[in-house]
Amino acid sequence: MSIDKDKIKHVSKLARISLDEKKIDTLAKDLTSIFKFIEQLNELKTENVEPLSSILDKPLRSRKDVVDDGKIRDKILENSPKKNEEFFVVPKVIE
Amino acid sequence: MSNITKKNLTEIVKLIKKKEIKSEELTQSFVDNIEKDKKLNAFITKCSETALTKAKNFDKKPILDTLLPGIPIAVKDLFCTKNVKTTAGSKMLENFIPNYESTITNNLWNEGAILLGKLNCDEYAMGSSNETSYFGNVINPVAENTVPGGSSGGSASALAADLTPTTIGTDTGGSIRQPASFTGTVGLKPTYGLCSRWGIVAFASSLDQAGPMTKTVEDCALMLEAMAGFDKKDSTSINKKKENYSEKLTDNIKGLKIGIPKEYRVDGMPKEIDELWENGKKLLKEAGAKIIDISLPHTKYALPTYYIVAPAEASSNLARYDGVKYGYRSLKGNNLIEMYENTRSEGFGDEVKRRILIGTYVLSSGYYDAYYLKAQKVRQLIKRDFDNSFKSVDAILTPSTPSSAFKIGEKKNDPISMYLNDIFTVPVNLAGIPAISIPAGKDNKNFPLGLQFIGKPLDEQKLLNIAFAVEKRINFNQDLKRWWES
Repeated sequence: MSIDKDKIKHVSKLARISLDEKKIDTLAKDLTSIFKFIEQLNELKTENVEPLSSILDKPLRSRKDVVDDGKIRDKILENSPKKNEEFFVVPKVIE
Repeated sequence: MSNITKKNLTEIVKLIKKKEIKSEELTQSFVDNIEKDKKLNAFITKCSETALTKAKNFDKKPILDTLLPGIPIAVKDLFCTKNVKTTAGSKMLENFIPNYESTITNNLWNEGAILLGKLNCDEYAMGSSNETSYFGNVINPVAENTVPGGSSGGSASALAADLTPTTIGTDTGGSIRQPASFTGTVGLKPTYGLCSRWGIVAFASSLDQAGPMTKTVEDCALMLEAMAGFDKKDSTSINKKKENYSEKLTDNIKGLKIGIPKEYRVDGMPKEIDELWENGKKLLKEAGAKIIDISLPHTKYALPTYYIVAPAEASSNLARYDGVKYGYRSLKGNNLIEMYENTRSEGFGDEVKRRILIGTYVLSSGYYDAYYLKAQKVRQLIKRDFDNSFKSVDAILTPSTPSSAFKIGEKKNDPISMYLNDIFTVPVNLAGIPAISIPAGKDNKNFPLGLQFIGKPLDEQKLLNIAFAVEKRINFNQDLKRWWES
């Protein structure tokens, strides 16, 4: 399948990545060749094959939902690009 | 002690244990090498001062009954290290300082090792040449202008240039084995779940696995022993008893059956790689192993499958980088959504963006069944190929890569030709099984070439034994001129 510029624009919206026109052009070209490569898979009949999502043969372990660390708010906030004493700060969302 | 940095890890550990060298002297020797290097760009962060302080403290009260007593080790900058910047090779994490330690690095420090620095890698481990790092290309000590492979390119380069006695990398589609092959070093990707993924910057969670990169197979066994183990913080960690790989290491592989998959003889493979493979078979026979021709019929579909599964998982994993809680934030944008979009546009490099878009596309409404579900089904077929083969063989022998190290820029503008570099390594990640690459010869440019052994799940000991037996018969000698020191 060829990937046109509109598809790139749509997907970049979904992925929350802004792109300029030049980038959109290059990506359309790159992704078209990558999808052509990927679509080799259509040569295979897979109707009766069970999809493999994990190579582990057991289901994942679950655990009790309890706090075993915590009280590290200040440490967590240290890595935030914008914050006040207690909160992450983001651009205004309510007018 | 002269040339201590040229020795392998096992020898260095012995010298420390016999008190013939102190950790400080050892660490200083590696720090000197790191300082003398002007060209490789293997390090993103150097921890020379703190490493020397830790080494001095170790020497004051040496604890010698550990696996890595007082050994300085630089690690791939994908492992979170407490209070030490961890970038994943990305502008997005240029100033990220974790307040926790990854399980794997923590295991190393518990065995007495000391952090020497953080090594360059492809951005978020997405690349096969270390050309996608925000912090610049890494150079292969084998030759100027040559890539070290990727994504663990800084790890491979630093190890081959004696800037660290051993190192660790991560392997999602070949990111340990391919750079090991390109630099004449040993690299092991363990069984999925053997080494904890906790605290490693995530790329593709069903494929990512950490593993050792070393100068010898014996070193590799020692490092795997230090790294492996159950971790309740990783829900995919396998709960099994710790093994003493290095103690049990033997070159007696008499009677083992080794499979040769015909599908790995790809079009256009250089003659030298074919000869290397033939030589591998010959050496295995000399060691008493039996060679059996096998078929892995879905091999050619592994790369297309990988380029759906890995980007899909990456697009989900990298959704967390939104410029709010940590990492880079763009100052442009009038509202929250624009802030997200500009942050991700400015913070991620081209290859990462490309993969996020592929992943988002194959998971998007209307395309999920055609791509992602299809890939999961083919992944099942690829795994079945291996399951079937392992009914009749103990391990599989293949070349590690379809070529030796290439020039910087040679494949950068052609994603498919770059992706094809991982053609022999990717199937193993999809099947979740272990594989090791060892240096096995050189091509006409005098560049190293690697052979890969693939094993059954959790059969690392046998894999190491086979690699050990072949390594002994190869006598690979790198002997690099230290041209990067001027």
